Amino acid sequence: MNKFGFSTHASRVIDYETIDTKLISYIVENEPSFASCISCGSCTATCSAANLTYFNIRRLNVQIRLGEFEEIQQEIDKCMLCGKCMLVCPRGINTRNVIMLIKRGLTTLEIKK
Amino acid sequence: MIDVIIIGGGIAGLETACTLHTQGIESLILEKEKEIGGKLTQWDSLFPSNRNAKELVETYKDEIQKHTITVYVNTKVIAIKKQNDGTFEIFTSREIVFKAKTIVIASGYSIFNAERKEEYGYAIYPNVITSADLEHMFATKKELKAPSGRTLERVAFIHCVGSRDEKVGNHYCSRLCCVTGVKQAIKIRQMLPETHVFNFYMDLRMYGLGFEEMYREAQEKHGVQFIRGRVSEIAQTNEGRLQLKAEDTLAARPVRMQVDMVVLLVGMEAPECNSILGKSCNIQYNAAQFIVPQDIHYSSGITSAEGVFVSGTSIAPLSVFDTINHARSTALAVSNFLMPIQNE
Amino acid sequence: MNFNFFVLPFTIGFFIIIVVLGVRFTRWIWKLSKIDKLRILHGFFTRRTLRAIREAWNESLLHKNIFKVNPFLGFMHMSLAFGWFLIIVVGHIEMYALTGNLTAMPWESVFFRYFEHTTSHAHAIFAHIMDTLLLLVLGGVGLALYKRVNMKFFGIRRNTQLRVSDKVALYSLWAIFPMRLLAESATAGFYMNGGWLTNNIGHVFQLVNLNSNGELIFWWIYSISLGAFFVVLPFSRYMHIPTEVLYIFLKEYGIKLKREYNSFSEIQVYSCSRCGICIEACQMHHAKISNNQSVYILKNIRDENITERKIYNCLLCGRCETLCPVNLKLNDLRITLRINASKDFNSTYDFLEQPHNTEHAEVVYFAGCMSHLSPSIISAVETILKTTKTPYLFIDKEKGVCCGRPLMLAGQQKAALKLINHNRESIIQSGAQTLITSCPICYKTFKEDYELGQMRILHHSEYIHELLTNKSLKISKSTQKYIYHDPCELGRGSDVYEEPRFILSQTGTLKTIENERQKSLCCGGSLGDVSLSMQERNRITHQTLLQLTKPNPDCIVTACPLCKKTFAKQKKVPVKDIAEIVVECM
Repeated sequence: MNKFGFSTHASRVIDYETIDTKLISYIVENEPSFASCISCGSCTATCSAANLTYFNIRRLNVQIRLGEFEEIQQEIDKCMLCGKCMLVCPRGINTRNVIMLIKRGLTTLEIKK
Repeated sequence: MIDVIIIGGGIAGLETACTLHTQGIESLILEKEKEIGGKLTQWDSLFPSNRNAKELVETYKDEIQKHTITVYVNTKVIAIKKQNDGTFEIFTSREIVFKAKTIVIASGYSIFNAERKEEYGYAIYPNVITSADLEHMFATKKELKAPSGRTLERVAFIHCVGSRDEKVGNHYCSRLCCVTGVKQAIKIRQMLPETHVFNFYMDLRMYGLGFEEMYREAQEKHGVQFIRGRVSEIAQTNEGRLQLKAEDTLAARPVRMQVDMVVLLVGMEAPECNSILGKSCNIQYNAAQFIVPQDIHYSSGITSAEGVFVSGTSIAPLSVFDTINHARSTALAVSNFLMPIQNE
Repeated sequence: MNFNFFVLPFTIGFFIIIVVLGVRFTRWIWKLSKIDKLRILHGFFTRRTLRAIREAWNESLLHKNIFKVNPFLGFMHMSLAFGWFLIIVVGHIEMYALTGNLTAMPWESVFFRYFEHTTSHAHAIFAHIMDTLLLLVLGGVGLALYKRVNMKFFGIRRNTQLRVSDKVALYSLWAIFPMRLLAESATAGFYMNGGWLTNNIGHVFQLVNLNSNGELIFWWIYSISLGAFFVVLPFSRYMHIPTEVLYIFLKEYGIKLKREYNSFSEIQVYSCSRCGICIEACQMHHAKISNNQSVYILKNIRDENITERKIYNCLLCGRCETLCPVNLKLNDLRITLRINASKDFNSTYDFLEQPHNTEHAEVVYFAGCMSHLSPSIISAVETILKTTKTPYLFIDKEKGVCCGRPLMLAGQQKAALKLINHNRESIIQSGAQTLITSCPICYKTFKEDYELGQMRILHHSEYIHELLTNKSLKISKSTQKYIYHDPCELGRGSDVYEEPRFILSQTGTLKTIENERQKSLCCGGSLGDVSLSMQERNRITHQTLLQLTKPNPDCIVTACPLCKKTFAKQKKVPVKDIAEIVVECM
């Protein structure tokens, strides 16, 4: 095969054929409200941990949906479970349970990290 | 006994009355405020035409006079009683009992009380105002300044205040705040070209005629900046500026921004009287207390109670354009009900 | 020695229960930590033992706490427990007094009437007393039977389901005393003795020509039901009877629940009598959750049938705990279960930098995370601090770190300690004498876990109360009518009830409602529950609001940002923090 000197960057493409959906299904099954996120970002805006770190709880939702777990393990540990995000969420998502489920899912489910 | 009593003298009620009159049906309007025109009297300009709202109100006042329609102002409806013969008795804050063959509910809407969204600091910080307050400022003030007197270097609009928010119990979208935000942002930029204007939105719903064009104009012509992220809270700095917290969700990073004035784009709620009227004559209304039409497509002006009709924003948040159209269709439904043979 | 073969079932059962209880109690105490064992040793010869005896008398026998909840339910428990206790005690006295035999076998006092047939005066007096006591117990049995038919009469709407061992124990317990009555009456009929009750029934038996075989059958059934009850007791819910006594003693010696599930937790689990009072206290039925109240959880632990959802689905409001007649520490018990369930994933918070250069201040104000979403609370407290010219440091104005209690409520104990240490360090660095907070959640953990030494820890309502009593703050009375909502963590959690009420009595008229103070309802926003959905929370909130708005108050006043935000979902009655009310009246 001829090499043309350029290639597509495979990791940038979201490939729905290879996405690991174990964690997202586990969370949605146990906390259905997680599915109703509209990515408004008010959780991240108010987040006590985001005030001190790069923690972004809204982005976790997207990452988990796409099966991108590389950063999640260390990111999730920054949450202090204070519950402010729950108090601002316009969709009433039970974010504290989501965090607990992510933590539990990462330790109990077999996930390629 | 009058043919139709219309509850509410806003544009929905006025338009219904005028259309009915052209059909040869007499009606009577009961308005709880001291003048007709409804919420429109508090508005400065209308989108997308930027036409003065007072003009439209005056047009309707002229029409009412021309059609010699009786209006009772300062008359608040307390209860409706359906008689055995199918007619209605209406009890109001006046001593007379009104009698009618049919009723049209045109109760309109009330503006969301922004104090309930406490984290935005309305009525706590002087420079946090609502879109209704800004409209009033446009109408009455020549020079635009923050309520505390600050010059406006930077103004932020917050979309969806009191709408699409489980936390205040309003799950629905008020639909018109998006375009109001765009309209008001443009206006500020026109009045104060040096001022930076930021709109914080979750989704921009430019559904109506000419709305999308206004949005584009705001970006292209007026340099209004749109940030996709819901503001979580506002605090006041020692210098009296307002500090916003949001996430720029497209950049996936938190934003901290200091502004001189915040405008809350408050949503529309069903007025309290809907549930009272609903209960007193068995009309179906939803959790948000908007009246549910018999059929959302086919008969959106007819309620679940025979002889009771609904017009305008009593069913949902509607623009002026949609309200007038709905009012006319309701008038038609009323005349079909009263004169079935004539219409055949 | 008096003997008949029918005493065997009782005697075997009696020895089995003694052995089983002995083994269990020894194992429980053995598994306690060294310090706890020392506590028992040191406490044993002190007044604590006397206090424990008094509590065991009041609660294990008289059941005073249950009386407070429902007199009929209380009488049922009291007549069974205290009546039976008296029968045993008086029965022994009777035997010793009438026979002088101090080395009698256990069955000899239980079946005394079968073996002893005198008609002396002394015997007659004892017989009347014993009959009366028997009637007392039978009254309890009668109520227990009636409770199966009409639970509502006892203030109970739901009950736990019985296992086989529970049913065996229950039916044998029901049989014991009626059979004792029949057996004693039969014997009394033969010998023309017995008390006012047994004597008369004995006459009836004579009229129907009951022979000595019939008499023996009654004694056999009586003995079998006693034996059966004793054998199944340790494996049924009636295990609570002996365990509760042990629990009372251990509690009195100062043993507390640790941050793990240990043998003391197990003692608590077994001390639950399943009276069902906690079921009624629980607000979770408003969210249509009726399988998760404390009694069910304790039962699930015993049956080894506990799931994570069950552990986490509780508001931890503490209403059941205040009503529990056995004084079980139900909240702490749930938290220890949560600690166990989540111990594999505690965060380390390595990003937290060691606090340094914290400003010095006499008073430190820690608003708390939630208060930042309610700026009117913060601005009211700051106004009060400024008006009284208090030099203060607003320590979590920016970049605040959570107090750690929300993590603790979720069982993340180790992680919580990290945050606690961080905040503690900066609070101590400030050199403050007083720490004021606006959030009852922070307040509770500051008091219980922060170990701040001499520093005074106050909720802002306590601070305002202090300012009013020492006259450094003056307020005027308005015509407003208030309802005060006790936040769980401030009221039941920290025993602050009077200060907010005093303040409100100075600013307006305080209305009262049925469920207040210890009985106050949870707002539904509790951080204690991790798995409750927002819809379920809304239902609980709705019910609480119905009660709060009943006296038509002008304003619902609370002292917790979380309660305030939770109640703000409705628009009919305004909800304010107590600090806002004070500022309005300044």
